Amino acid sequence: MIARAETRADVPASGVLASLLKRAALAAGVAFLLTVGIVGFELVSSTGELEYHTRFGSIVVTVAAVFFGYLAMGLLQAGLIWPAIIGAVVVGAVLLFVLVGSIRDPSLERFLPYESSIVDWSLLMFPVGIVLRGLWLFGKARSQAKTGRIAGSRRYSGWLAWALIGAALVLPFMPFADRRLVDIATLTLTYIMLGWGLNIVVGLAGLLDLGYVAFYAVGAYSYALLSTNYGLGFWVCLPLAGALAATFGILLGFPVLRLRGDYLAIVTLGFGEMIRIVLINWYWFTGGPNGINNVARPSFFGLDFDRNPDEGVAAFHTFFGIEYSPMQRVVFLYFLILACALVTNHFTLRIRKMPLGRAWEALREDETACRALGINPTNTKLTAFAFGAMFAGFAGSFFAARQGFISPESFVFLESAVILAIVVLGGLGSQIGIVLAAVVLIGIPEFFRELKDYRMLAFGLGMVLIMVWRPGGLLAHRDPTMLLHGRKRGRS
Amino acid sequence: MPDAPLLTVEHLSMRFGGLVAVDDVSFAAADRAITAIIGPNGAGKTTVFNCLTGFYKPSIGCMRLDGARGSFLLERLDGFRVAQKAGVARTFQNIRLFAGMSVLENLVVAQHNRLMKASGYTVLGLFGLGTYRAEEQAAVERARYWLDRTGLTNAADDQAASLPYGAQRRLEIARAMCTEPVLLCLDEPAAGLNARESAELNELLLKIRDDEKIGILLIEHDMSVVMEISDYIVVLDYGRKIAEGVPSEIRRDANVIKAYLGEAEDEGPAARAGEARP
Repeated sequence: MIARAETRADVPASGVLASLLKRAALAAGVAFLLTVGIVGFELVSSTGELEYHTRFGSIVVTVAAVFFGYLAMGLLQAGLIWPAIIGAVVVGAVLLFVLVGSIRDPSLERFLPYESSIVDWSLLMFPVGIVLRGLWLFGKARSQAKTGRIAGSRRYSGWLAWALIGAALVLPFMPFADRRLVDIATLTLTYIMLGWGLNIVVGLAGLLDLGYVAFYAVGAYSYALLSTNYGLGFWVCLPLAGALAATFGILLGFPVLRLRGDYLAIVTLGFGEMIRIVLINWYWFTGGPNGINNVARPSFFGLDFDRNPDEGVAAFHTFFGIEYSPMQRVVFLYFLILACALVTNHFTLRIRKMPLGRAWEALREDETACRALGINPTNTKLTAFAFGAMFAGFAGSFFAARQGFISPESFVFLESAVILAIVVLGGLGSQIGIVLAAVVLIGIPEFFRELKDYRMLAFGLGMVLIMVWRPGGLLAHRDPTMLLHGRKRGRS
Repeated sequence: MPDAPLLTVEHLSMRFGGLVAVDDVSFAAADRAITAIIGPNGAGKTTVFNCLTGFYKPSIGCMRLDGARGSFLLERLDGFRVAQKAGVARTFQNIRLFAGMSVLENLVVAQHNRLMKASGYTVLGLFGLGTYRAEEQAAVERARYWLDRTGLTNAADDQAASLPYGAQRRLEIARAMCTEPVLLCLDEPAAGLNARESAELNELLLKIRDDEKIGILLIEHDMSVVMEISDYIVVLDYGRKIAEGVPSEIRRDANVIKAYLGEAEDEGPAARAGEARP
């Protein structure tokens, strides 16, 4: 997953266009061969017989998109920025005309290449992406000419963070924010929080953990069991779930203290599976594969979100004198996970500037040198496992509270892999990178649910694109935790 | 030996299976003095160091440290506690910096234990309570002091890996000194340095000895460094101590010349041992 594939060939200085056209044609040919069988023909069963329909229009558009996209990328690489941008703008304008036109005028619909409107619209990504890339390259070339060096990405990460927080705060009140969008955003935020938690273990302390979902499961089952058996509320269980997950983190930490790298990864992988299998087989305690039903929903300072709450419990809508709407709970859960995620983020940013956080990073860099400096490697590793697990525990109890039902099926290895993919693709150790990676890997596939089984292709596409463009992760830049000379002097 | 010994090593032996890497070595290192351990490749110098700094548990032997922090039997301390409690700092033959972190961070990490206490083991520090802020400022000042002494002040905010080789060597020494040790163990600090850098290193080590008033234990191949700055020299060969004494004695010692130049038959002016390289 961390392979750094160098995919871009050097463009020769002379005969750029000719060689580019040749290679673009080759790429288009490959795209044709790949799509003609799969996309070009569709088997349809009608009245008991099988027929096939053809979709050659889709293939023409796909092959053309590959050809021109390749051409545009090549032009950008060769430094011919403006032809690429102008071409992309023209193509984008035509596409936009057809897309917008087809909403009003159904007769234009036959020009739409695909049978899914989301895929049609997402075609726009390509010209927009090429224009943005071109402008970025142009700006870089200019600032390089001016100052002789590349402007750092760090200057932008500050306001990008605040812009993202602002966008997250207003998102549920936007007119286009329907229930589906807020649900997707909540799910994405859950993964962002898990990514930030795992980032403590993998990104800061450098301990490759493939069984992170185990702590997520511990948190979810802690809340579900405590609430169904003892009637404890969400806000009491949240810290308990975190503490229990942290305990499990330390329990896992002890046996793996001496292991590094691949060996550590394999043992953590086994630990994740053990937890899941115990959950399946410990029938009387966890409900086995049937899971746990009717987990209590979290309340807003004691106010319920039900239309008709139990005797003696005030409801949110009656208390504030507003009309009941199921959206209230959805939005509340959204803000709840947003708050949890921001707490995780704040914790990480802060602990990086603590001696413990610096010791984690030092441990990642060189464990032997740490010991020579008198840093206790045992405690340092265990705290990293414990804190990482604690945030997974919080996220887990939120998950249980949101779903109202949990079963071991939610805590399979794939979840660990996805969370790890978010952390690695985001750029190890980068907080904002994780947000972007989670949006790309979770948000976009959810958005493409219309594609049913094929939506995981969007997940794969997101992963491939990140690896091609940013082999070190989206934002692989590391900010020092302290500066002697201050920011103004910079690195001149 | 000028002073009472800071470090006393008695009958130190280290076996790896059938291989005897260090065989019954005894020596002493004085406080406020530079003691060099020299010997041909494979003589067991680094193994002695690893025993002293807690990376190996010696098979037999006793290593006593009587420093400003009290008396310790180093062989009884657990790995990292040799550095934490007894105050033995070391550098490595192949430089081991925290490559991805900045130069300043490298020096602040070295003051981990002090800062950990000041931040209430992170709990107080997270909430901005306690003396952490002041202590961190002090840590930065201490780091600045060593940056100044090693000539790295301008590079303080750079990534450690981006420093040139000689600067990385100096940074490693600065990082070891930031732990405020009573004994500094340097494993071939001049390896890979050119003549000018090597001369600067000599100056730095002499200054550390005189200003910080600590003992320095040095493994070195470069005889120009060893002969110039050492107060006392211990020579190992095949895991055994073959000679010890002040540089002028070592220069004339027949055993040392034999170990470095092979069996001398007819010639071998004693002074040549001074320039010998293994």
